[in-house]
Amino acid sequence: MSESNQTDLTRRQFVGKGAAAAAAVTVAPGVLLYGAAEARNLDQPASSDVRWGMLIDTNKCDKGCNDCVTACQTENGWGGENSNEKNSSPEQKAQWIRKVELKDISTGHTQSLPVMCQHCENPPCVDVCPTTASMKRADGVVLVDRHLCIGCRFCMMACPYKARSFVHESLTDQKAHAPRGKGCVESCNLCVHKLDAGEGVTACSVSCTKGAITVGDLNDEKSEIAQQLKNHKTTQIRADLGLNTGVRYRGI
Amino acid sequence: MKKVLFTQTEGGKGFYLLLAILGAIIGVGLLGTFHMEHNGHWVTGMNQQIVWGIPHVFAIFLIVAASGALNIASIGSVFGKKIYKPLGRLSALVAIALLTGGLAILVLDLGRPDRLIIAMTHYNFRSIFAWNMIFYNGFFAIVGIYIWTMMEKRMNPYSAKVGLAAFIWRLALTTATGSIFGFLVARQGFDAAIMGPMFVVMSFAYGLAFFWLVLNASYRMTGRELGGVMTKRLKNLLGVFVAGALYFTIVMHLANLYAAEHKGVEDFILNSGGIYTTLFWYGQILIGAIIPLAILYYPATGNSRCGVTFASLLVVLGGIAQMYVTVVGGQAYPLVLFPGHEVSSTFADGVINSYSPTLSEFLLGIMGIALTLALVAVAVRNLRFMPASLADSVADPHSK
Ligand code: SF4
Repeated sequence: MSESNQTDLTRRQFVGKGAAAAAAVTVAPGVLLYGAAEARNLDQPASSDVRWGMLIDTNKCDKGCNDCVTACQTENGWGGENSNEKNSSPEQKAQWIRKVELKDISTGHTQSLPVMCQHCENPPCVDVCPTTASMKRADGVVLVDRHLCIGCRFCMMACPYKARSFVHESLTDQKAHAPRGKGCVESCNLCVHKLDAGEGVTACSVSCTKGAITVGDLNDEKSEIAQQLKNHKTTQIRADLGLNTGVRYRGI
Repeated sequence: MKKVLFTQTEGGKGFYLLLAILGAIIGVGLLGTFHMEHNGHWVTGMNQQIVWGIPHVFAIFLIVAASGALNIASIGSVFGKKIYKPLGRLSALVAIALLTGGLAILVLDLGRPDRLIIAMTHYNFRSIFAWNMIFYNGFFAIVGIYIWTMMEKRMNPYSAKVGLAAFIWRLALTTATGSIFGFLVARQGFDAAIMGPMFVVMSFAYGLAFFWLVLNASYRMTGRELGGVMTKRLKNLLGVFVAGALYFTIVMHLANLYAAEHKGVEDFILNSGGIYTTLFWYGQILIGAIIPLAILYYPATGNSRCGVTFASLLVVLGGIAQMYVTVVGGQAYPLVLFPGHEVSSTFADGVINSYSPTLSEFLLGIMGIALTLALVAVAVRNLRFMPASLADSVADPHSK
């Protein structure tokens, strides 16, 4: 890989040089497992033919179930019982994904659903970021480039979904595919390392035993997610903002 | 109008004592900053919900005041009011110093201040924040040139033109600073279009109040004369600006009260928000506007330097309260993701977010003010910024 390619990778892939190399290593088994045709060639930029998205069926989502959150924590190395944010108060700890309990004020109907980065087509975080650290890949995944983020937190102010977290202390024990660091902002990256490896799933979608989370290519008419979106009424959180989120919900 | 003589201030014990005090405050502020940056922001009161705290309150106040402080120079050269001309240099200097102080705080509060170079080399031109950085740098350049045209005889003829450029630039800058909030569409407390213009009017008031405090103190400390004519002019101006800022505040809240989606946050700020409601009514409105207006327009106090100084001090305090209400209050009120629903989660959904600022955050904020004052003190010591006298005979009441 030439030097210039490496630099390109840094921008396109969300990870820095070191991490890019690491990602390439983890990609290898993915390529073998899932077939080279599906894995993304890391020398090429992400393709805009694809738009990754997620559909969450709130009718299937159980109140009190936290499996998707735990899976994300294990996969990406944040939070949980052995959180590496040892000093941060609960209000200061990062949360990439959270379960939100809803109660309709007029009817009393309750629901439970996970909320994470909604991977907007027009992401406010990308618009406001002064350094271009906050970015959207051509395939619709919204990411923070850990190496460009100066920790100004403007994206956190701008995000309508509270999807972003700021790291309040030095961290150890990080996952190679999800570098985190003091003074930078982070959020759900749609398990981009898995998508790039051609797995077509995220840690949360795999973990949900109820099958409430579907991940796929919104642009591919034949994909399961596109079919579901076609055949059922779905919604976007704060659709009024016109952000055209990549994460959709059914049942709210 | 007589020719105005500009001189440097004298050195001597007083000057060095002042510098030593300001230096000590800056030193302590830097220690606090080091504590925050070394450990990470967990040692502050900021958290995942209140991401901008006390440092931003001070920083944005100083930046907004910076563009307002330039007003005196603008009135003198752009609008041809001769009486303000002698104050032009000092006004431009205070503006630059305020901006430096404010930006220093912003930078030191970044998660990664060491990456400042990235901020300067990776520009996102869609970001209002990046635009602000361009505006700030341009402000330094234009106001710097402006000072030069005022100080250098050969350049004097250009002073009015450069002054106009500086004036337009500062309006854009303050609007852009205000728009930082206006652009946060999802935050119920911030998305009012009036935010930009309101910040402009507030900047007039805060900038002039700060300018008066500097002017008054430096003339007292250096034993120079500051006459009643100038005092009265500046006092009238301050009164108009404070009243204007109050007017805009009222308009904004009334407009918000009529917009259904703002009802919740309005009720929060005006009525049920605890510390934010207190700071709004007692800080921003009473201390920051009503009492100063009373002092300024009551003849016995309004015509005395002490009265104007006290009023200016209150305007500054009220301004900081206003920033706290706007910046922190706007974040404390929960984001509405699901209208019509009660929500709860592990990530503070649906609850009023709490924030208890720590000492180091205040130290950083106050450091910004001390830095501003130190810059002014050093500059007036070394260059001819201050008229030797602003006695009534110099500031001719009959000149326009
Ligand atoms: S915190 Fe980082 S990603 Fe967010 S706006 Fe600032 S620089 Fe960009």
